[in-house]
Amino acid sequence: MIPAMRQSFGLRRTWAYRYFVLSSIATELRLRVVGSRLGLVWLVVSPLLQVAMYALVLSTVMRSRLPGVDNRFAYAIYLLAGFLAWYPFTEIVTRCVTLFLDNANALKKIAFPRTVLPLIVLGSAAFNNCVMIAVTAAAFLLMGHVPSWQALWLPVLLLANLALAGGFGLCCGVLNVFIRDVGQLVQIGLQFGFWLTPIVYVIDIIPASYRWVIGLNPMFWVLDNYHRVLVYDQPPDFGKLAAVVALALVLLLLGRFMLRQSQAEMMDTL
Amino acid sequence: MRWFGLPIPAPDERWVLSDISFRVDPGEAIGIAGRNGAGKSTLLKMIAGITRPSAGRIALSGRVAAILELGMGFSGELTGRQNTFHAAGMMGFNQSEIEGALEDITGFAELGAFFDQPIRTYSSGMQMRLAFAVATAFRPDILIVDEALAVGDAYFQHKSMERIRRFQAKGTSLILVSHDKVALQSLCTRAILLDNGQMVRDGTPEAVLDYYNALIAQKKGETITTETLEDGRMRTISGTRQAVIEHAALEDAASKPADTVAVGATVTLVVKARAVEALPSLVLGYAIKDRLGQTFFGTNTAFSGQVIEAPQAGDTATFRITFPVMLGPGTYSIALALSAGESHLDANYEWRDLALMFDVVNLDKPAFDGKMFMPPVITVER
Repeated sequence: MIPAMRQSFGLRRTWAYRYFVLSSIATELRLRVVGSRLGLVWLVVSPLLQVAMYALVLSTVMRSRLPGVDNRFAYAIYLLAGFLAWYPFTEIVTRCVTLFLDNANALKKIAFPRTVLPLIVLGSAAFNNCVMIAVTAAAFLLMGHVPSWQALWLPVLLLANLALAGGFGLCCGVLNVFIRDVGQLVQIGLQFGFWLTPIVYVIDIIPASYRWVIGLNPMFWVLDNYHRVLVYDQPPDFGKLAAVVALALVLLLLGRFMLRQSQAEMMDTL
Repeated sequence: MRWFGLPIPAPDERWVLSDISFRVDPGEAIGIAGRNGAGKSTLLKMIAGITRPSAGRIALSGRVAAILELGMGFSGELTGRQNTFHAAGMMGFNQSEIEGALEDITGFAELGAFFDQPIRTYSSGMQMRLAFAVATAFRPDILIVDEALAVGDAYFQHKSMERIRRFQAKGTSLILVSHDKVALQSLCTRAILLDNGQMVRDGTPEAVLDYYNALIAQKKGETITTETLEDGRMRTISGTRQAVIEHAALEDAASKPADTVAVGATVTLVVKARAVEALPSLVLGYAIKDRLGQTFFGTNTAFSGQVIEAPQAGDTATFRITFPVMLGPGTYSIALALSAGESHLDANYEWRDLALMFDVVNLDKPAFDGKMFMPPVITVER
């Protein structure tokens, strides 16, 4: 005799759904491609255009500010590395915030572990980011920038980034079911976050006395390491990497705890 | 509701279900009936493991499959095949398991070449067949069906019932929500009636549905009682009791009580009614039903233009209804109703299911099949 409620939790049950997670990621891609001529090209068009725009507008201001990179496209390279980190983060957080609301119908009608939903988002974002990495690599080569062996740290940085985004998104997603304002707040937070993170500017342009504010931003820890390994040919700052991993784990555990605690109430609220 | 110690303003709380207790054995099928909002869906969701009860316990053994809504998780742009893999994956099956069941699914859904077309091009019947085929591709130990069978054409219903019966024979327990008496009686051996979150009846589908019908027709001042008949069936009597049936009998041509009637014989239904208080009008209605509760014939004295106007308290009336029994062999029952007008929904004085029971046997007619007797004249030319 298994109590019915025990079934819906536990990582083991989620593991049993691994095939579903993979097939859902494939399904999502398929749905995005279906009926569109350019298909997967759209995955990279909008981020690339954004990079090009910032490069055009800000390159004259920023070029001289990138010491140690001897390339006339230095700013574009810096931008690409930054967006490579920022895009998956916003994609995951944005989707996770409304994850349970978007899937309310399925959650109410089908018994499946809810942990598979964020996993699908993470997997799908990871795939998108891999495409983006390939395109970025091609762009680097075109601009004559060959990153050093330090770039091999990228998968580790990406995993830490995904975990951080997933943990943060999960917590916000659970809260958003009960307090819908969270969704709005997170959107605004991401807008501010974009400018509070050195993506389109370098931290040196911030007056030294205010830099500590940026230093408190976990996304700065992520971005700085991306920049180090992809732009400056330096090893990652392990202090920052450890901090990101630790924060990600705390958020993931908190999110899981919140998800468990809210099981019954969430079903009533959805 | 408190959450992490934070009070969150709760939308007004109420008990959707309370004091529900029942047990379903392997291979047993039970039906659940009840008005909208009685708590049927909540009960199913709890059994399916989608919601948790805030108090109490549900013990299950084996795999549970719930069809709460056909086609959940389907996406119109994907082909039938892709949707099959997706939806079955959502039930927790992996690729090789689904591939193993694919033949069975395509066989049941009968989609042919459409299986590889986007399902937005399907007719709703095709979508339903596919959804049901996927939902039941793997025999569960407990199958929960929420009125899904009420949709679809006769062919689909027949097919899905057939499949459910096969599961049952292999030991699947079935929990079915339905108001369809025929579906409940043909699949279930037992039924439960929920009302306002309480379990008000647990018995044979016939007894429970008679009670349910009395319940939905019930108005202020009406009472519902049930009696157990000699053969164990339950008789439901409802109404305001402002007029009552004092005596009811089925008599043959010689005015003897008729329990067994020959096909084509003429019988007389004799009903004596009494007005308990002064009433605006009094009408007797009757319906002849088969074993499954299907009405074969029914009419009333309002339709025949014989309304008794303004009976006084204590007045009695004896109705004699003579008719030939043009029914096939089998067991039939007669339901009686005293009301103010054409429908017992106007004012229901007394409604009595299973008021009389009789058997029809074929004594002197050529052999025939079916529930109706339609004496034929057959000529053969050669």
